Amino acid sequence: MNKKNRGNSFKMLLQQPILSLCILMIFVLLIVFILFPLVNVFRLAFTSNEGSFDLSNFISIALNSNYQYTFLNSIKLGLVVAVVAAAVGYLFAFSVTRTEMPGKKFFRMMATFPIITPPFVLSLSFIFLFGRQGLITKGLFGITTANIYGMHSLIAVQAISFFPVAFLTLTGILESIDDSVEDAAYNMGASRWHIFRTVTLPLSFPGIISAMLLVFIQSMEDFSNPVILAGSYSTLAVDAYRLVTGMFDMRGGAILAIILLMPTLLAFTLQKYWINKKSFVTVTGKPTQKRRKLDEPHIIWPLFALCALISAFLILLYGIVLIGAFVNVWGVDFAFTLDHFKQISIMGWAPLQNSVTIAVISAPITGIFGILIAYLTIRQKFIGRRFMEFSSILTFAIPGTVLGIGYTFTFNYPPLMLTGTALILVIAFVFRNIPVSIESGQTTLLQIDPSIESASAILGADSGTTFRRITLPLLRQPFYSGLVYAFVRAMTAVSSVIFLISPKWNLATARILSLFESSQYSNAAAFILVMMGAILIAIVVISIVVNIFLTPGYIKQAGRMEKNARKINQASAKRR
Amino acid sequence: MEKVNFSEFSKYSSRVRLNGLTKQFASLDKDGKENIAVNNINVEVNDGEMVTLLGPSGCGKTTTLRMISGFENPTRGSIYIGDRDVTTVPPNKRNISMVFQSYALFPHLTIYENVAYGLKIKRLGKEEVKQRTDAAMLLMQLNGMETRYPNQLSGGQQQRVALARAIIIEPRVLLFDEPLSNLDAKLRETMRDELRALQKRLGITSLYVTHDQSEAMAISDKVIIMKDGDIMQMGSPKEVYEYPSNRFVANFIGKTNFLPCIYGGQGNGGAVVKINDLRYELPQPGDVNQLKPGQECALSIRPESIHLSSHNEDQGVPGIIKRITYFGVKIEYEVESGDGTTTMVEIYNPILNESFSEGDRVFMVFDRECARVLV
Repeated sequence: MNKKNRGNSFKMLLQQPILSLCILMIFVLLIVFILFPLVNVFRLAFTSNEGSFDLSNFISIALNSNYQYTFLNSIKLGLVVAVVAAAVGYLFAFSVTRTEMPGKKFFRMMATFPIITPPFVLSLSFIFLFGRQGLITKGLFGITTANIYGMHSLIAVQAISFFPVAFLTLTGILESIDDSVEDAAYNMGASRWHIFRTVTLPLSFPGIISAMLLVFIQSMEDFSNPVILAGSYSTLAVDAYRLVTGMFDMRGGAILAIILLMPTLLAFTLQKYWINKKSFVTVTGKPTQKRRKLDEPHIIWPLFALCALISAFLILLYGIVLIGAFVNVWGVDFAFTLDHFKQISIMGWAPLQNSVTIAVISAPITGIFGILIAYLTIRQKFIGRRFMEFSSILTFAIPGTVLGIGYTFTFNYPPLMLTGTALILVIAFVFRNIPVSIESGQTTLLQIDPSIESASAILGADSGTTFRRITLPLLRQPFYSGLVYAFVRAMTAVSSVIFLISPKWNLATARILSLFESSQYSNAAAFILVMMGAILIAIVVISIVVNIFLTPGYIKQAGRMEKNARKINQASAKRR
Repeated sequence: MEKVNFSEFSKYSSRVRLNGLTKQFASLDKDGKENIAVNNINVEVNDGEMVTLLGPSGCGKTTTLRMISGFENPTRGSIYIGDRDVTTVPPNKRNISMVFQSYALFPHLTIYENVAYGLKIKRLGKEEVKQRTDAAMLLMQLNGMETRYPNQLSGGQQQRVALARAIIIEPRVLLFDEPLSNLDAKLRETMRDELRALQKRLGITSLYVTHDQSEAMAISDKVIIMKDGDIMQMGSPKEVYEYPSNRFVANFIGKTNFLPCIYGGQGNGGAVVKINDLRYELPQPGDVNQLKPGQECALSIRPESIHLSSHNEDQGVPGIIKRITYFGVKIEYEVESGDGTTTMVEIYNPILNESFSEGDRVFMVFDRECARVLV
């Protein structure tokens, strides 16, 4: 850009003090709460006790065959889960977007449900089903020596936990492929299978890779499943935690954290900058009319059977936890009892209250902050815009373990001594969950005609007023999804939280983890159920609140008109 | 209801001056050259004038408008509104208004709230806001639609809302960014006339961007024709149509034929040109000062200034009719002359004029007053 040009933009920015202040404030926050802790993890890993640069610790861990084994374990697990989850995700996404099979709404729900459920729930039901006292292993086959712990269980549990990520990515991609392309191939005499192989699949290929990379990141940073089910199959996130909390080796933890960070960062960069550019989504802008989707029986029924089978398995998994919460001792005494709920009402009430409090505080901050950053990075021009965009969504690639270690190390000392406070938890949740708010906000903003905001500006509104009165109301949908996501993630986070909780601010997920560690599985089941209840209630409350405060009048009015029209129709039908 | 006086816009000078205005975008070309969207243009728009920026897409007209509105920063040059240098003033402090191509109505606000938006931003009293909004709605015949939403209005009504919203803040300058391009042809003409009438009545200094030359001719006091970032010509619609200063303008404003010819200096009856040894004297050739005798040039003759004849009269140029298109109001002939050039001829009122068929040999006779010599 021309120098003079820049000078002029800068002058213009100076005339909008609130905007400039906002940008400056966000930069400060991003640096202090994302980059600084991250840099500190590196500093910790690469310095000796005296504070001078020192690679010896890093090298000794890197050369340690145990940790090499752990690293390979994590990568292997990540790759296998990525493939399995993407395959299942594609099956659901294709069935829901491309066919006329019955029960699509139900399958869509089943394919997103695992996102909002608490951690541990799937691991727990695996123990209930396949463990030593397992309903299937012992109850059905009489096996008492079943080993549930290890890679095979991890693959299954993680694939189920993370296939919704692949599903959501792939539905987006498949929906944006113009189906007239497929019609054209059909017209030329290609069979459905041939079309799928030569048109649909290649067009969705970037989406598949993108989904696999996202699942890979999730699997790598997953803590809650391996900590329960891994057995002797060690993974990086769990080993880092054990080093820090078990052996008080912060430096070793930091080094493992960096080893964990590298592949996730690489996957994230690939996903963000390479795959996204490669995608050849066919957007024409012309509204194509709704087309007839696949309805040949020999195509939809096999797909339906597969989806139904997987859904049935999912229902079984969740159902088992529901039952487990109400029986005396799993596998031994199946008598109905409410004891577990009584027990957790005593020991679990405080952590649950803490979790809800912190989620309630952090979710709206995350939502507003995310929308604000989306707005600034899409609609405003300023120096460092790309830097703001990158650093703010960076946390998606930073495993919770890394962030947790960075936060503990950074905020243990003045001037920002936050360790042990609720504030550090709120801050950690805000910055960890913000990428989803930002990205959904950006997507919506790109679809809103920028001249709507220009119109507000030219009528005399400054950037702040325009944002408040025009942009924000139009961004209601991404704001809502960002809010729900932030709330659920704050309630269910484990990997970052375990480093940041304190006796005063213990959280529900950490409490559930300790129940597992003392093998109180039925109590854990009851606790998980209560959490699920809390999350579902919260989602309903959030959607009601957002509807009341942010529904634009035109939707309300349209709704009213629709109702009136229906009334009139009914009345006229009666008269007839 | 007390009438609000809308004709008080001209209290202050709201002349717009662009001095050496230039916009370079960061290079997109491979050769590393800066992409110049607007190249050192000087424009003056007087109080109450309606000036149109006209040109094909990519000519820099929209960039110019966006610089005046403040949404784009000039690379060089300055912008004055009245006596105030607004080059670096942000859009919301320039006291100008704009009607957007997409109307850019706020979809979540009612029509009333849309129109009143600018006044509310100014934090005017509730009474004053209501009074002025009602007046503006009445002026634009929008009364009765206060509680509706933009998506419940027709295209023409949305256009009126956009106008009402723009004029209500009594801007020093009103900008139009192809405001009629989303309307169907019939409505476009009606709205065009309404818009011009309103602008004249309120006396707002206006700049209007369009690529539709007939729209530009119909509404402007002055037309500025742009191409590749440069101003090709500036003048009243009559001037630019009758005396285009170059081939681009001659062809962009209306249609024209370029007959290759040789300039022969000044004769008794005006400038002399030769076409295929035929000598013509043109009483109003336009600006020929830069031409030297013997130089090759072009004779610009508009299709409606030629008539066809089956016998040679008045030094007609011979040719054969290749194609005929019947429009009702006129007939269009494509005539090929001996050297292979085709000439468009338009005959209005076909009923009263001799008609020809494809393949007929004809002579093209043109009015000497209407022919212009261009380099």
